[in-house]
Amino acid sequence: MPFGQGGPGRGRRGRGDKKSTDKGQGQRRPMFRRRKVCKFCADKIDDINYKDVKLLGPFVPERGKVLPRRISGACAMHQRKLQTAIKRARQIALVPYVTE
Amino acid sequence: MADRQYELVYILPPDSTEQQLAELHEQVEGIVSRMNGRIEKTENWGRRKLAYEIGRHKEGVYVLDVIEGSGELMKELDRRLKVMDQVIRHLIVRVDAERKVVERTRGKRQADSERRRVKRGLPPQRQPGEGRSAEAEAEDDDHFDGMEA
Repeated sequence: MPFGQGGPGRGRRGRGDKKSTDKGQGQRRPMFRRRKVCKFCADKIDDINYKDVKLLGPFVPERGKVLPRRISGACAMHQRKLQTAIKRARQIALVPYVTE
Repeated sequence: MADRQYELVYILPPDSTEQQLAELHEQVEGIVSRMNGRIEKTENWGRRKLAYEIGRHKEGVYVLDVIEGSGELMKELDRRLKVMDQVIRHLIVRVDAERKVVERTRGKRQADSERRRVKRGLPPQRQPGEGRSAEAEAEDDDHFDGMEA
């Protein structure tokens, strides 16, 4: 019985919230081109090697951080391999740790 | 147990001479052969810009050695390289296990595609002129290559 009582109030608030977020997203979304598939799966690159700076380069933006998966679009397995490769490449100064 | 394969990359200062390079290579070779290892191949990448400064160096001479040997050998080599002050940086990575995995997936993919092709009544290998041209593939390639973000 007590469960039913908070119902209407909650429902109204929920709807209101939804509306406002929808609007916000609608303004921001256009011009964003979404990558669909993992580059390594699609190009059939099995070996992500730490010596291959050309391959790793695009995944290390100016700041020197590893590009996150939500942007790179890499699948879990390949992102993991990419991560170890980048970390190895950093040790021998092929890829930066940080850059200003 | 069978020997493992390792890759050793070391960096020397950019002003080091050919002779210094040869000397160091000899030292490495000495350690490797003393502990029943074997240098598979040596690659000299030459002078490269470092991604960050190491000490006061902005450039370095990179050398890659592919070595077959035991873990003890690599441990010893690592220890020796740490002590040598003409080596500004080095890295040892075991490669045989990973290589095996790569070969297996590659082989599996090949076998899979051949099996599927045969099932469709095609010859197992791709014929020239079959499928979409490389240009068309490239045109609607929407894979990530670091252009955005």
